[in-house]
Amino acid sequence: MKIAIASGKGGTGKTTLSTNLASFWAEKTTIVLTDLDVEEPNSGLFIEGKKVHQENKFKMIPKWEKTDCILCGNCQKVCNFNAVMKLGEMIMVFPELCHGCYACSELCPTKSLPMIPKKMGELKYFKSDNLDFIESKLIIGEEQAVSLIKQTLDYVNNNFPKNTIKIFDAPPGTSCPVIEATKDADLILLVTEPTPFGLHDLKLAVDTMRKLKKNFGIIINRFGIGDNKVEKYCSENKIPFIAKIPNMRKIAELYSTGNLLYKEIPEVKVQLENIITFISKYQQENAL
Amino acid sequence: MKEIVIISGKGGTGKTSITASFAYLGDKDVIVADCDVDAADMHLLVQPDWGKSENFHSGLLAKIDQEKCIKCGKCAEVCRWNAIPVIDKKYIVQPLDCEGCGYCAIICPTDAISMNLQNVGNWFLSNIKTGTKMVHAKLGIGAENSGKLVAKVKNEAKAIAEKEGKEIIIVDGSPGIGCPVVSSLSGATYVVLVTEPSVSGIHDLKRVYELVKKFGIKAGCIINKADINMEKSNDIHEFLKAENIDFIADIPYNENFTKAMTMGKTIVEFDNGKIKQILENSWEKIKTK
Repeated sequence: MKIAIASGKGGTGKTTLSTNLASFWAEKTTIVLTDLDVEEPNSGLFIEGKKVHQENKFKMIPKWEKTDCILCGNCQKVCNFNAVMKLGEMIMVFPELCHGCYACSELCPTKSLPMIPKKMGELKYFKSDNLDFIESKLIIGEEQAVSLIKQTLDYVNNNFPKNTIKIFDAPPGTSCPVIEATKDADLILLVTEPTPFGLHDLKLAVDTMRKLKKNFGIIINRFGIGDNKVEKYCSENKIPFIAKIPNMRKIAELYSTGNLLYKEIPEVKVQLENIITFISKYQQENAL
Repeated sequence: MKEIVIISGKGGTGKTSITASFAYLGDKDVIVADCDVDAADMHLLVQPDWGKSENFHSGLLAKIDQEKCIKCGKCAEVCRWNAIPVIDKKYIVQPLDCEGCGYCAIICPTDAISMNLQNVGNWFLSNIKTGTKMVHAKLGIGAENSGKLVAKVKNEAKAIAEKEGKEIIIVDGSPGIGCPVVSSLSGATYVVLVTEPSVSGIHDLKRVYELVKKFGIKAGCIINKADINMEKSNDIHEFLKAENIDFIADIPYNENFTKAMTMGKTIVEFDNGKIKQILENSWEKIKTK
């Protein structure tokens, strides 16, 4: 079963929830946690494990070989991203603009633009007892997070059995990286905070999940701060409200040091149990 | 013209609350641009009138004319995104998967595939409560090309600043290090990094600063919730010194940020004490950079 933890707004506690839920649940069963926030992956800061595997991830880009090139300019014509340009007697490739569609390469009459790999990130796999943890990190300056997210999902799907519980820490927002990180999940947990920013961005996240036809539930973090409009929104829109993590300075302090919360704050453990009950029930009902 | 961009790497550090305060303090001397188009929140604090609205078209989407399609499958074969599955014996483009490269349209032997511009969101030009103007936007759900919408917002803000003779543009950037952030940074004259003293805050600060360095833009840093972890706060101060980043301010942990937000106010309108003073001093430093 695949569970994605997402939110519209950044900094609402996706990583806190992902790491605490995965570690706590792994005390009972095997859990695979994957950090898909490849631009700013933070889950690894809270997970202690032994690195068992590492691999580079690549995107494919064209490389100009001038020998047979007749400078017909077809490559520039077929590229929708301005990543290939004919400048005088030269063909220039702009790797950061290339989306890797292969059109220029495969449609070149002289085969002068073979595709070559360019490193875009690193995937690492850590293990501790029942917890398998995978993270990918985008190289700074690379802009296309989506491709790395996709490759990371492929790695997880190919290396772990289908029925294992897999938790995915998704990137913030509602645009393409979030879609890629959530579109194959069986259940989405949306983390928000009870503030105007939290509610505004939660509504965007809910619209996104509805558009993807996903099942989702809400978890309120920093409960007690702000107002009660998120709860009201959930009940008015019949959205399952799964758990609330209290607003405590102590939580912010523990988080700041990279410590897991449930080990020191009993209330957090209670809330994690609520979440596990909700997921397990969903899993049984849907035979996942 | 000065273009001050506020970014954070990590979300939830207080970037938007702080940016809105600067917008308030900058009053009529500044034009404001909310480039966090994916989850734009600044309007909740500065009350724009949503004066003018325009659709924003960018990026292409493939569409197959089923009348012309001979079901040869070449389009699906060349698509690197597997965006053209066969559904009910028809080749159908999946809009969320289509990258807009147009390879399928070129390869189609019967010209059955057209590439169409997509409406990816709206942008707005508004008057805000200080009597100045703000350019902001709303990206469509699941839309691509957020970087292009960011560029649009910034260019519109620049044009207005020029027209009205304003010297400063304040830009609220987006989280992360990907395309919308790259787009927010291009053309910036000064970057304000908002961070917090946590393992995540420091990790993300370092990554986003690597990106800022690639652009060669001078940066300053505000440490929010500075007293939540003094040791990590000191680590950030060390990092700023080592990298020659201007230290702008330490802001203590304070729930007034949330209280102000629930009232639709910037923190400098709500708090008359220490926080307001810190932000006023910060703005004085930043605007002269």
